[in-house]
Amino acid sequence: MLNAIDRFVVRMGQGIMAHRWLTVILSILLVGWFAYGARYLGFSTDYRVYFGPENPQLKAFDQVQNVYNKNDITMVVIEPPGDTTFNRETLSLVDTFTERAWGLPYVIRIDSVTNFQHTEAEGDDLKVADLVDNPAGLTDAELAAIRAVAINEPLLAGRLSSRDGRVLAVAVTHQYLGKSSMEVTEAVAATRQLRDELLAEYPEHRIYLSGSNMMSNTFAEASMADIQSLYPLMYGLLIVVVYLFLRSVTATAATVVIIVFSTVGAMGLAGYLGISLTSPSAISPIVITTLAVADSVHILVSLFALMREGKSKQEAMVESLRLNFMPVFLTSITTALGLLSINFADSPPLHDLGNISAMGSILAWLLSITLLPALIAIFPVKVPARKGSFMAARMMALGEWTVRNKRPVFWSSALISAALMAMIPLNEANDKFVHYFDERIQFRNDSDFMADNITGLYTMEFSLPAKNGVADPAYLAQLDAFKNWWYENPKVMHVSSVSDIFKRLNKNLHGDDPEWYRLPTERDMAAQYLLLYEFSLPFGLDLNNSINLDKTASRFIVTFEHLKSRETRETLFSGQQWLRDNAPDLAATGVSPAVMFAFIAERNFSSMAVGIPLALLGISVILVLALRSLKFGLVSLVPNLFPMGMAFGLWAIYNGEVNFTMSFSMGVMLGIIVDDTIHFMSKYLRARREQNISPEEAVVHTFRTVGPALLVTSLTLALGFLVLCYSAFYPTASMSLLTVMGIACALITDFLLLPVVLLWADREKASEQTMETACESSAS
Amino acid sequence: MNHPRRKINVLAAILLSLVAGTSLAQYDGLSAEDKGLAIAREADRRDLGWGDSSATMNMVLRNRQGDESVREMRNKALEVADDGDKSLIIFDEPRDVRGTALLTFSHRVGDDDQWLYLPALKRVKRIASSNKSGPFMGSEFAYEDISSQEVEKYTYRYLRDETLNGQDCFVIERDPVDEDSGYSRQIVWMDKAEYRVQKVEYYDRKDSHLKTLTFHDYQQYLNKHWRAQRLEMVNHQTMKSTTLTFADYTFANGFDDREFNQSGLARMR
Repeated sequence: MLNAIDRFVVRMGQGIMAHRWLTVILSILLVGWFAYGARYLGFSTDYRVYFGPENPQLKAFDQVQNVYNKNDITMVVIEPPGDTTFNRETLSLVDTFTERAWGLPYVIRIDSVTNFQHTEAEGDDLKVADLVDNPAGLTDAELAAIRAVAINEPLLAGRLSSRDGRVLAVAVTHQYLGKSSMEVTEAVAATRQLRDELLAEYPEHRIYLSGSNMMSNTFAEASMADIQSLYPLMYGLLIVVVYLFLRSVTATAATVVIIVFSTVGAMGLAGYLGISLTSPSAISPIVITTLAVADSVHILVSLFALMREGKSKQEAMVESLRLNFMPVFLTSITTALGLLSINFADSPPLHDLGNISAMGSILAWLLSITLLPALIAIFPVKVPARKGSFMAARMMALGEWTVRNKRPVFWSSALISAALMAMIPLNEANDKFVHYFDERIQFRNDSDFMADNITGLYTMEFSLPAKNGVADPAYLAQLDAFKNWWYENPKVMHVSSVSDIFKRLNKNLHGDDPEWYRLPTERDMAAQYLLLYEFSLPFGLDLNNSINLDKTASRFIVTFEHLKSRETRETLFSGQQWLRDNAPDLAATGVSPAVMFAFIAERNFSSMAVGIPLALLGISVILVLALRSLKFGLVSLVPNLFPMGMAFGLWAIYNGEVNFTMSFSMGVMLGIIVDDTIHFMSKYLRARREQNISPEEAVVHTFRTVGPALLVTSLTLALGFLVLCYSAFYPTASMSLLTVMGIACALITDFLLLPVVLLWADREKASEQTMETACESSAS
Repeated sequence: MNHPRRKINVLAAILLSLVAGTSLAQYDGLSAEDKGLAIAREADRRDLGWGDSSATMNMVLRNRQGDESVREMRNKALEVADDGDKSLIIFDEPRDVRGTALLTFSHRVGDDDQWLYLPALKRVKRIASSNKSGPFMGSEFAYEDISSQEVEKYTYRYLRDETLNGQDCFVIERDPVDEDSGYSRQIVWMDKAEYRVQKVEYYDRKDSHLKTLTFHDYQQYLNKHWRAQRLEMVNHQTMKSTTLTFADYTFANGFDDREFNQSGLARMR
């Protein structure tokens, strides 16, 4: 069978050599057609895309959003130059912003201290009006009165006004139509323009932008920033490394062509498939690039070696293809399998990253065995002076050392691996989405300012059912108790509950007597107060975002300063437990982006717990077939599995907090690590079978022949992922660092543990029968 | 305020309108603004003299995911000769606001006056707010959408003729005069045959299409006055909608001012 493949490859190689121009033109046409699909590629600007359609936290969240208004909110935080924000100028700024914000795209509601519907008794009537009217003409007494309302009103203090009165915020609610992926971008651009206009009019003030809306936009912007800063760095580094290793301009240029074509082709195919890019999937070009380099490098290294032996360029290329066809095919297919396993993860952007990278990896393989030989045939190639003998000699020395010291090597590496893997449980899942972005990203700084000064971005909301209507005094009392319970938690910055509206109306309708600032005691009375209040509310400031249509449920929102994922889950569960214990009729599930992100890592890792073993099984089957040995297929599990475990162990020591994109690292690591195993084991077995040498000699031979290439490809991959460590998007950076750790562990495993395991596995059988018969019996 | 159209006598106008297409002749030579205003005036003129009316109102509110909620009301209205009409809405459902009654004196110029009778308090409260553009009973109708549509509340501009559901219509833009209105403009489709509003598109302050109101099942009363039995309002931004159904229309009930005042509110049932 191998001969049949060999014959096919030789014929294909000769055909390509003969029709080199045709091959180039066909490649360009094919890749050009693929690339044409890139016109469908868009950037997704909705944080909701990180959650699969079946994600229970997303479903619960959407259900609440469907009952009330959607809340894609931009928080506009305004800091005055002085100590207090209750001065004519700052209030004018807030008032102007509030008014002009009505012109922003997709706006349905604006809340601020100035348009807050302040209620007061006016004789026997209820006066409902903007808290601040004509701010420039306010007297000092009026300013003091406004301040007193703003820092004491439960609906304002800790949300739209800081409790110390130093900072104010405007909450701009957008309702996107969902017709275009540019809607968020458009809204944010207009908001920033409005901010700039007002900063020009009020130059002493500072304005910060945060909220879920800015977060969505930042996901896209951070990726754009990554593309602009990381891609050039990545390609520059890559060209240097490949040139230093190959020492040939033509070969380096050809490699770059293969990489660019694979990347462009895969991105175009993603466009045809209707994938829209997100922060994770936007890095797929870099993943493809790192993976694609290896294919070309292996073929070119063999080519140069053969040419140095005196073969012509054409002959050497055909022979190089014959030698590398299977390993390159196998590494590509197993890498693709590893990447495709990510489809088991919960987050669609991770599927996209896996699928685009898998397509790129297959395309890179196809192009490496077709376009690459054709390019080499067309352009003059100067065989670089023999080098690398130094590296090969070092590698051989390492091999000999390992063989000599197999017992200590085995025990020490086994112990270290075991110790590292024992650390895995120390990792804690944590997705703090504000901290996804580092300080280079404005959103992070603005959100930190907001959290430090006025209100948080981490919320938890409940739609609390009221079986007798929201005006039921018993219900309102329970809301109040729930609110007070939340305020016992020092991390809670604000609680929004409709019970506060009823208290205020009760006071207003009793001539503003502070004694009456308490919940109404009769249901009909409360309902009629509310009706009166509702009839007085202006456009866009209605109660539809806090009370449902039937008035049988109300929205209860708790705002926190930063919360870790674990804290979010614990807080959520304790809140839900409080309801069950103290107000069973109000039992509800807490929902919010923070809640969704609190579970995202766990969901992704637990779904990958199915995906990885399946991918591993597929890869092992391929290896058993390719190595034509069940035993060596099983032995391959050691170098395939250990490095991943060791990497997570290292991570526990280094950082200890894992986020959802790290489940992607598992697939990438699997794909990459298997490549090393294939190269090492196939060369070892080839040496054992074709040269009939002892296992010890075969190990040394393997070190000499593939050692340098393994080192260089690992170095390239590590460099690629190290570049990604510089990403301003923390999930990308951390996932990349983990992958680098995995690559390093894989190299150590392949150079230390794998050889001694091979020697051990090979010895038993070798004492009874020859290697050849063993292989043939297991292959048949 | 003086327009040449006033000189055309009523009989001539009616005769002209009998022949489809020729009714347009009366607007020949007018600017788009004058023509829009003239059409609005004509519609208003055609409905003059209805005196008083009474009807039941049923509102079905729907949210994005299709959950429904019902409001039941009764409506009484009185035509006022030289000012806006007076209306009284008595709420029957939901139960906790049963007996609540809303009295409105609409005015051609300036804010409408409104009072709410709260039976639990046994008190009448004036609604002391200048901005009444919020949703009516949580529905997609703003109070300004269902209040008396006085000619003076808008400025007009005739846009074009268009066929809507097989009826020849005028399409007119009207811009609210009230600065507190939630709308920048409205586009109105009015059939040429009877000057009945068939459809209204509402544009919010940033001039995005916010809502569409369609009128269904027009019936004629007293051989003159057309009343739609069903109004459908759809909010295109929130995907919420409301159906408002009128039933049991009666005219010539003999209502007078005594029923439409603050002290009369408490007696209303």
